[in-house]
Formats: sequence, structure tokens, C-alpha cells
Amino acid sequence: MKFTCLSKGGGFHFSPCHMLNVSGFRILLDCPLDLSSLALFSPVPVAHQAHESLDTDSVIRKKQKIEKTLDANDLVHAEPWYKTVKNLHLWDASFIDVVLISSPMGMLGLPFLTRTRDFSAKIYVTEASARIGQLLMEDLVSMHMELRQFYGPEDSCFPQWMRWEELEVLPSELRKIALGKDCEELGAWMPLYSAVDVKDCMRKVQTLKYAEEACYNGTLIVKAFSSGLEIGTCNWTINGPKKNIAYISSSIFVSMHAMDFDFLGLRGNDLIIYSDFSSLDKNMENDDTYFDPVTSSSGRDDVSNLEEMAASLLKDDESAEEIEKLVFICACALDSVRVGGSVLVPIDRLGVVLCLLEQMSLLLESSSLKVPIYIISSVAEELLAFTNIIPEWVCKQRQEKLFSGEPLFAHVKLIKERKIHVFPAVHSPELLTNWQEPCVVFCPNWSLRLGPVVHLLRHWCSDPNSLLVLESGVDADIALLPFKPMAMKVLQCSFLSGLSLQKVQPLLKILQPKLVLFPKDLSCKIQISEANMIFLFSENETLRIPSSKESTDIDIATDLASKFRWKTFKQETITRLEGELFMDHGKHRLLSGFQPANSKQQRPLVHWGSPDVKVLLTELSKMGISGTIKQVTDDAKSEDDAKSENAAAIIDIHDPEKALIDVRETGTVIIAANENLASHIVKAVDIVLDGI
Amino acid sequence: MAIDSLVLGAGQEVGKSCVVVSINGKRIMFDCGMHMGYTDSRRYPDFSLISNTGDFDNALTCVVVTHFHLDHIGALPYFTEVCGYKGPIYMTYPTKALAPLMLEDYRKNMDRRGEDEQFTSDHITECMKKVIPVDLKQTVQVDKDLQIRAYYAGHVIGAAMFYAKVGDAAMVYTGDYNMTPDRHLGAAQIDRLQLDLVITESTYATTIRDSRYGREREFLKAVHTCIAAGGKVLIPTFALGRAQELCILLEDYWERMNLKVPIYFSAGLTIQANMYYKMLINWTSQKIKETYATRNAFDFKNVRNFDRSLINAPGPCVLFATPGMIVGGFSLEVFMQWAPSEMNLVTLPGYCVAGTIGHKLMSGKPTKIDLDKDTQIDVRCQIHQLSFSPHTDAKGIMDLVKFLSPKHAILVHGEKPKMATLKERIQSELGIPCYCPANNETVTVPSTHYVKADASETFIRSCLNPNFKFSTYSSVDKSYLDSKYSKAASGLQVSDERVAEGILVVEKGKKAKVIHQDELLLMLGDKKHEVQFAYCFPMHTERLQKTRTEELPSADTLLCDLDKCTLINQLSMKLSNELSDANILDLGEQLQVESFRVSICSKNSCPHRLSHSVHNDSESVFLCCHWSLRDEKLAWKIISIMKSSSPHTT
Repeated sequence: MKFTCLSKGGGFHFSPCHMLNVSGFRILLDCPLDLSSLALFSPVPVAHQAHESLDTDSVIRKKQKIEKTLDANDLVHAEPWYKTVKNLHLWDASFIDVVLISSPMGMLGLPFLTRTRDFSAKIYVTEASARIGQLLMEDLVSMHMELRQFYGPEDSCFPQWMRWEELEVLPSELRKIALGKDCEELGAWMPLYSAVDVKDCMRKVQTLKYAEEACYNGTLIVKAFSSGLEIGTCNWTINGPKKNIAYISSSIFVSMHAMDFDFLGLRGNDLIIYSDFSSLDKNMENDDTYFDPVTSSSGRDDVSNLEEMAASLLKDDESAEEIEKLVFICACALDSVRVGGSVLVPIDRLGVVLCLLEQMSLLLESSSLKVPIYIISSVAEELLAFTNIIPEWVCKQRQEKLFSGEPLFAHVKLIKERKIHVFPAVHSPELLTNWQEPCVVFCPNWSLRLGPVVHLLRHWCSDPNSLLVLESGVDADIALLPFKPMAMKVLQCSFLSGLSLQKVQPLLKILQPKLVLFPKDLSCKIQISEANMIFLFSENETLRIPSSKESTDIDIATDLASKFRWKTFKQETITRLEGELFMDHGKHRLLSGFQPANSKQQRPLVHWGSPDVKVLLTELSKMGISGTIKQVTDDAKSEDDAKSENAAAIIDIHDPEKALIDVRETGTVIIAANENLASHIVKAVDIVLDGI
Repeated sequence: MAIDSLVLGAGQEVGKSCVVVSINGKRIMFDCGMHMGYTDSRRYPDFSLISNTGDFDNALTCVVVTHFHLDHIGALPYFTEVCGYKGPIYMTYPTKALAPLMLEDYRKNMDRRGEDEQFTSDHITECMKKVIPVDLKQTVQVDKDLQIRAYYAGHVIGAAMFYAKVGDAAMVYTGDYNMTPDRHLGAAQIDRLQLDLVITESTYATTIRDSRYGREREFLKAVHTCIAAGGKVLIPTFALGRAQELCILLEDYWERMNLKVPIYFSAGLTIQANMYYKMLINWTSQKIKETYATRNAFDFKNVRNFDRSLINAPGPCVLFATPGMIVGGFSLEVFMQWAPSEMNLVTLPGYCVAGTIGHKLMSGKPTKIDLDKDTQIDVRCQIHQLSFSPHTDAKGIMDLVKFLSPKHAILVHGEKPKMATLKERIQSELGIPCYCPANNETVTVPSTHYVKADASETFIRSCLNPNFKFSTYSSVDKSYLDSKYSKAASGLQVSDERVAEGILVVEKGKKAKVIHQDELLLMLGDKKHEVQFAYCFPMHTERLQKTRTEELPSADTLLCDLDKCTLINQLSMKLSNELSDANILDLGEQLQVESFRVSICSKNSCPHRLSHSVHNDSESVFLCCHWSLRDEKLAWKIISIMKSSSPHTT
């Protein structure tokens, strides 16, 4: 097995991406887009004076290469391109056999792959991820169209800003976005796919339920298990004839919206690929997430304690913390609304938005403020409707709502009561007639470069009473550059987006893998005691993992096995196999198949040992065949030891017909003109030799 | 190893479905239904047959319920709360959501009928708490060895067929299913599985149905005619299932025909049920599913809540009233009011239990119905009987059994004589042993078991390369020659010897091992001893000689290389005419078919020659052949062909 980490990603929106080689199949794990690099581009509309100064002032400055604080003019004024996984384009897409997608974010780059010629891989995605992912991609395309209309059609396929002379004059922060740390990422930029590409891509996707078995090529069985990060996100198990692999993406034990992390489903696998990089993105304030001796000592208990440990993992302190965060955001929002400001929430995490909507409306209701909540997005209506028809994908508490006949999420009721208004775009006529300020607006995109957020941010950026709620992980300095000077309050909030490091150890203890692939970047933060077989991986380095099993399992049907003709030797009992071999669900099975009687070989095909010529002659005479031994060959004469007696001899058969048997140390040649006689001689030879 | 199926209910009858299957040490109860026709202890399956002591937790591994109809789930609260079963119970999400509504509705009915109440409302709530919901196709690991999986069954929302696997043995219990899609549900869907046993329903064991669209049209026409004439339509129905299907049908028709006549739902129950249906839209048919974002199909536009005061309001209307079959309650109340008018219409389902008013209406066309001693209803209204059913027909059952081709089949949930007919068909047409046990009988069938072995890398790799052999049957297989189809039977036969190259080695105290034959000797530490055939025989080449002498009169004793090639070439042509399916390689001086090689022997005394004395004249050449044991038959065939090509050989 070979494993290559193509990218460790960055944060919730940019999943890690790996290439795996198992049982001769090449598997791509996730195919995300790095939307944070959109920060390089200037959002539309651009302030007018920026255009004027472009020719004079800034060009001179650029030429002089004077580093100064960034301003909006430094951004690239062009139709944005999109950055894919930097190392993926180095691989031939047509050689990929399977693509496993673990989250809606992990499929944003998929249309780039599926539209390449000769792409023929099977893509597996959970049903919910596929639907949400499709909506995210459609939304991205529609937001991009808005920008396109502004810039008009591109003249050449190679945009101006990608020329070296342009790139060289970019300020260092922006150059890093464009070229990467080592100036090798320019090849990752792509012009966005079209709506047709998205549709095409979705046609090639095979959707799965959680824990549904999908069998690729009769050899690999892949199964998705809930990861708890977001609705529909999953971890994968890949079972081949020789390898059982579990792939752990960013996971959350207890979620407020999505189904919990189903770690018990990952048990029984030899190899674990740990790919939750979320603790890398955490700020240094979380330094106390170092390996904790207390948890480790409790983890060293008996195996009988496994269930207790599992329960302790699920006992969450994290989700309570998450609720506190939401309450805090809502409280801040309420403060702004009270003083007449509006609240802008460009957060694109479905689960967080759904929970925020519930909290926010609850709080607004109790405060008896009549403030409307707007959701503006081309796909919001569909997305919100979708979240209410997927009880199988949400957390236990919400499933209980189904069983008691209530909607899964409160927004259904709130939309009906007209407390939440959903519009497809900022310019939709319903919005214009309904608009009132102050208000709370949820809209895409978190990069602050695309979508309704750009217009609203321009509208409110100078209002000191208004509030902007950002996810942490967004580089606020660059993101807010086009909107400066900002009078608006900014609240940056980090949400839980993966396993905390102190839970890794107990988790591995429960899963009991033989091998673990672990990110090198995280290894310094944690000590893993029991699993002594740890492979550390880093970006763009291929690891070879030795196979744990020497041989392959084969199942032989009992009814077939009972028909075998056994031969006993010194220690072993052996038999030639019959039947038909099937490869099904990664298992080799030997079943009794259709075999016409004549094709069955009754006679041994492989012989060993050395025949005793005298015994052979006796056996022949039993069959009524008589002959004499002629010692002829010269090499036999040269050897005088006992062996030579039967090492090379010719038996001359004269009755019933003439025939010769040339017996040597390594082989016997039967020379006969008659088929019947020949086969009789073979039978005699079978008796004196060992064979099968 | 065997699979025991103890049929506790629905054996040769419809009602109280319940089968307990023991499979490799695991015991699963499929369905836990009640019989609507009885009011005494016979309405529940006889649970004492599972465990005398009542220790059901140890006697059963799990309970699986296929759908929310009472004849499949009705006894569950009794079993868990009264009998005390505390183990896991599995059902699909919709079944878990809707079952309490059905049970609660039934419990209230029981109160009304004054029967012994066997379980309470609290019992239902407590019972449902123990249920673990499952999604379709999700592989649920019940314990270390037992896996179950649900497949879409149509029938009602959330209905599922269940697959169960323990070790190497596997089976499917279908519950009720429908092989054709209806207005709101899709058709049953299942993977091709390797099964030892299928237990299938057989409600319509002998019926073959035509398209449902004609029958839907009939229903809509009847309704439309009635309301056009200003009449009222009463549709007595149970709250779940049929009501939603008919409502979608009507809603669609209303839209198309631009009708404004109100459609009413009598009790809150159906409206509440629609709430569930809206969330469970993923479990409906593809067509309805796709509309969820724009308009949820269960957001009925024309549907309103009914009020008692509206019973005698003027003007036409359509009313869905519970319970179905006009057992009593509100549907009876409305029926009493509407039945006397010829303008009105009552629709009845395809099946009504004996003793209900629905059943009386269906049998003939009564003008008067006696409700009790004092009450008599004048029936002048029209009656329309719905003729579509959510069960599969006989063709569907046959199709499913054929598709799954299990080693054994058991029929339940049907009428005895019809089941016997279907059983015969399954045995004769599909060649699958089939059983229809009565209640409390046990059927035992053998189960698959595999012997585990390790296969060597060489064997697996050699199996990856196809090694086909093609041969024709006709002349070889005598059994075909005897039959009148002998001509049709003769044809290409493909055999593959990859498996036969494998050797199974069993050593005491070690796991059985499969190796390739080439590896065997290495393992045994013995040397290979090659057994071969050889035969060098003269062949008369008169004709060839002639042509040659004409061209080259001088050289007459030696055959030059060129001539050797010509001869070989001629043989090759001859052979390919006679052996059309053999792969003949012409290597110039040598001819090769599989392991058989023939070449022209120029030696004076070849060790493979039997008669040295024979004429060494120029008229004949020697053909030296050798071949291995594998191709014995083929070799002799070739030799006889070669010999027959020149009549003057010795």
C-alpha cells in the first residue's frame, strides 16, 4: 500500500487531500477548493477612485517595489480564478480508480476532475453530502456569474495577472497566496467550472447512506460512517482482500446538528489514516491540549473498560462550549440591533447557521424586538427545505423531533411565521419590498469576495453600530481590505471543527489498529504510547506501508470440499481444487460450478519422486502388459551407485503391442503407437510415482 | 449447520405476522403482529414457543419490524411491556415515527369496542423508546456476528425487506412489498444476494394484475361524476398509507381539471400524519422526492380540516374519514347521514374484514343495513370499490424469488390454497425448494458454510490471468446426443483450468492452504518427475514427392528446410480444417497445439521410433511428436488426423 498526502488543507472549508494505493487501485480522498485564496481578488463593485489611481500612483510604487501596508488597490482586479489542491494536477486523473468524498466541502473541486478527458473513476459520496455539495457548487457558480458579468468575457485563456511581471510586483502577502510558500502553486489555479460541469459531475457520483456497503470491482468494499462534523460528512472504511483501512477526517464526537461521530463503526481495521488537521488551525491559546497524563492513565485500563471509554469520549464538554459561543454571538447581535445597527453573518457552515437561526430567533423573540432575519442565497430555499427532510442524517435530539412529529429544525416554523425571510439575491424584488433595517442577514460567502455579502458589507462598513460576524481562520486583514476604513464592529469566532488532541489517544485505544498514519505536524503535540507502529506523513511524501497479511483468505464451500479426492503424504493431506473461483465483496470464494464430466481430470498432472523400474514392470504385468528392462543409456553406466539402477532405463514392451518406456531421473517418456496402451502405461506410472 | 424458521403467525393465513428464525446460533424475530379477526389470546403470536420461562432477552438476539401495519407491529408493545422483552428492536425511521400513531389509534378502538385492554398508551411510548431506527441499505452490526440490512419494499412508507447474515449463512424476510410503483411510493428494490433462505409474503399468490392507471382513472371518474352532480364523496380510510396515496391522486386531478370542490380530512390524525410524510419524503417515489424544494407533495393545497357542522352543508365535497372499512367512529357517523342520498358516493378499499359495514356493502348491493336492533340505514348512495392494492401480485413474487434465487423459500402471509399453487410454481419453474408452514410449525433448511483457507500469492495471481479453453460439446457429451435438442446443445464450451491448478494442502495443526501446483514440490521438498508421451511415425508423402521431383529432379533423398516447412504448413492447414477450435501454432519447422509438438524427424534412429526396420525410402518422412499428460486426448486426435491424411502409413 502507498499513501501520499497531497495537501493538509486548511480549516473547515479546505479539507485535506490524499492519494492512496490499495490492492492495485488508486484512491483519491477528497477534492476540495481553497476558497481562502479568493482574497487575492478584489470584490465587485470596486470603488471608483481605485481605478484612477491605478495608472499613476500605484504603478510607480509597484515599479519601485516599495513595501508598504496593503490597501485595496493591491488586490487583483480581474475575474477570479480558483485554487485547487496544489499537487493534484501533477497526477494523471485518468489513473484514479476511486474518489472518496468525506464532506460537501471536499467535493467543491470535483468538477475540475470529472471534466478532464478519460476520467473514469467511481466517486462515492454520502447522499446528504452530495446534495449539499451540489448546492454549494451551484451557489458558487451563480455568485461567480455576477462577477463575470462585471468583467465581461475573458479574452485569452491566460489572464493578465498570472504573468510573471504582474506577479512579481504583488505585495509579499498576496504573492504568497498566488504562488504558495515555495512559489510552486501557480499551476493549481483554474478558471471556475460551469453549471454544466457541475451537473455532469453530479451524474458521475454514486451516493451512499451511512454504513451502506459499496463494492468496487468486486475487490474493495467502502463504507461511510458519520463523522459528526457537518450534515452528511463521513469517515471511510476501505476493506480489501489484504488491507482493512479506516480513514478519519475531521470529526466531532457530539454534534448539535449532524449525526454523532460513529467511531465504533471504524473498529476492526488494521490501519488508521488520521487526517484530522483541525488542531493545527487552533490558535496558540489552546496550548493546554497537550498530552494529558491523567487521561492516559485512565486509558491504560482493561479492555473490559472499552465501553466506559467510549462513553467518556461521547461525554462532551465541547458541544456545551459550542452552544455558549452561539449564545455569545446572539448576545452581541442583540446589542447591535438594540442600538439600530444591523448584523451581517457571512458564515457558510450549514450546521452552525441552522443552530444560529434557532438561537437568534429565540433571543429576538424574548427581547420583543421586531427585527427580521434575512437569508440571502441562490440556494438557501432549497437548502433549508432539504435540511428538514433528512432525519436519517441529523443528531439524536433532532431525530426525536421526527418521532414526535415536529420539524427537525425550527426554521420551518419561523419561515412560515415570517420571522425568517429567504431571498435568492440582494436584488430580488421581494427583498426590496420587504427590506427593513436593522436586521440580521445570513449570506455567503465567507471569503468576503463573492455573493451578497459584498454588497451588504459595503453598505454597512461605515456604520459603527453594525456587526460583522466572521469565522476564525479567515485572514481578516486581507479579507476586509476592500472595505476599509471599517467602522463596523467585527466579531471573529472559531467553531469546533475536529477532534481535540487529548481525545486522539483514547480513540486509538478503542479502535485498536495495528498501524497508524499520523500527520508529522501534529506528532510533536501528542505522544501515542501503545501504537508503536506509527508512520508519520507530511505533504507530498509517499509512504509505503508493508502488507500485514502474507496470504489471501479463500472460502471453500463445504459441499464442494466434501467432494475433493484427498491424498495423504508424510504430514500433509493434499487435493487438487475443483469448482469455480468467485471474487465477490472482496472475498475469494470457491463454489461448485458447472463442470462437464469429461473435463474433469481424473489423473495426476504433476508427478514427483523416482520410479522403481521393477515395480513398474510388476504393475504393468498386472494389467496384462509385459516387457523387458533394457539398460542402455550411457550416462546410466557411468554411475554405479544404487540409484542408477532405476535412474535411466528403457522398458521394452512387446505385448500386447510394441511400446517403449524411457525412464530417467527427472522424467519418463512413454512411446506408444496405440492410445489405449499408452494410457494403461500412464496408469501404471501413476501408481509408482507420487503425483497430483 | 441449519436455519430453523418457527412460524408464530401468518402461517397459511393473513394476520399477526411473526417468524422466529434461528441462524448460526442467533435468533431473530421478524415482525410482531396482531390478528385483527380475533379478540382473545389468538390475536397475539404464541410467544411461549420462543421461551417457556419467559426469558426472551436471552432467547432472542433482536426483533425486526418491517412496517407499521398492525398485523406486523400490533403485538410489539404487548411483547415488550407485558411479556418483558428488553432486547434491541429494529425498524426503519418512518416505521418508528408512524407506528405509535397506528398503535395509539388501535388502542383507542379497543377501548371503544370494550375489549380487554392489552397495553396502554404508556406501554406504546415505552416500547418505542427501545426501537433503534435504521436507514435503507445501512449495514447494522447487531452484535459481533449478526448483520442486518433494510431494503426498500414499497407497500407503505417505510416498509422494508430485511436481510440478515450470520457467518456464512444469509437470508431475507420480505414483509409486505410491492413490485410496482404507486402514486407515492417506489417499487421494491433489493441487491442480488447470496441467500440460503427467503421468507416472502404471498397475499396475491395467484393474482396477476394489469396496469394500475386504468383503475385509478375509474376511481377519479367516479369521484368527478359524483361531485359534478353536486354529490358528496365519502372515503373511509385509515389514517396512514392509503389516505396519502388517494390524496395525492385527487390533488393532482384537482389541479389538472381546475376543480375547486373542497377535500376534507376528518380528524387531526391525517393532517398530523401529513406532517410526518413531509419529513419522510425521501422514502417516497423518485418523482415526489424531486419536488421537495419547490413544493412538498404532502403540502396539500385543496385539503382542509373537516368540522361536524359541515356534514349537512350544501354543495359537493370529498371527505376522508377514519377509520377505514367503516368500522365505527366518525366514518360511520358520516355514512349514516350521506348514505340515503343517491347523489352521494362511498368508496371502499379492495379488502374489508368480515363483520364491518364495508364488508356488508361490498357483498352485493344492499338497500338497507341494520346497524343494531334499533338503527337501520337506508343505502341509496353509489358504491365504488377501489381495485388497487399495495401488495405485489403473483408475477412480482415470482420475479423477486427468481432474482434472489435463494437455496430455499418459505411462503407466509397468504391464503392456504393459493399458497400451495405458488409453492408448486416456485418448485417447478425455479427449481427452488419451497415450504408453506402453518402457524407454530418449524421449517429447517441447511445453510451455507465455508471452509476457510489461506491462498498463496502465486495462486491468486495465476487466477487473475484468464486461461480459457474452448471446445465444442457435441461429439463428446453423450447425454445431449440422446435428447432431441442435441443440435441446439452442441456449441462452444468454455472451460477454465485456473482453479484446477490450485492444490489444497492440509497439515495437522495448521490452517488449510491453497497453493499453485508449481509451488507444491517446493513445499514438499521433492523433485519434479515429468511424464511425457512421444511417438515418431513415418508418413507417406507421395503427392508431395511428385510435385517436388518435377521441380527438383536431381535432389531426391534429402528434404530441404523449405520442404519441411511446406509439409508442416500443409499439416497445419489440414489440422485447422479438422480442429476448428484448436489454437494451432505454425512455427516453421514445428507445429504446436497446446503442449503437443510435431516436427519432421531427420535422425536415422530416433529413440521415439518403435519400428526401426521399416523402409527408409524416400517416399516417406518421419513425424516426431511429443506431448504432456494434459493433452493426451487432443494428441491422439491430431495423430489420427495426420495419419489419415496419407493412406500409406504403417
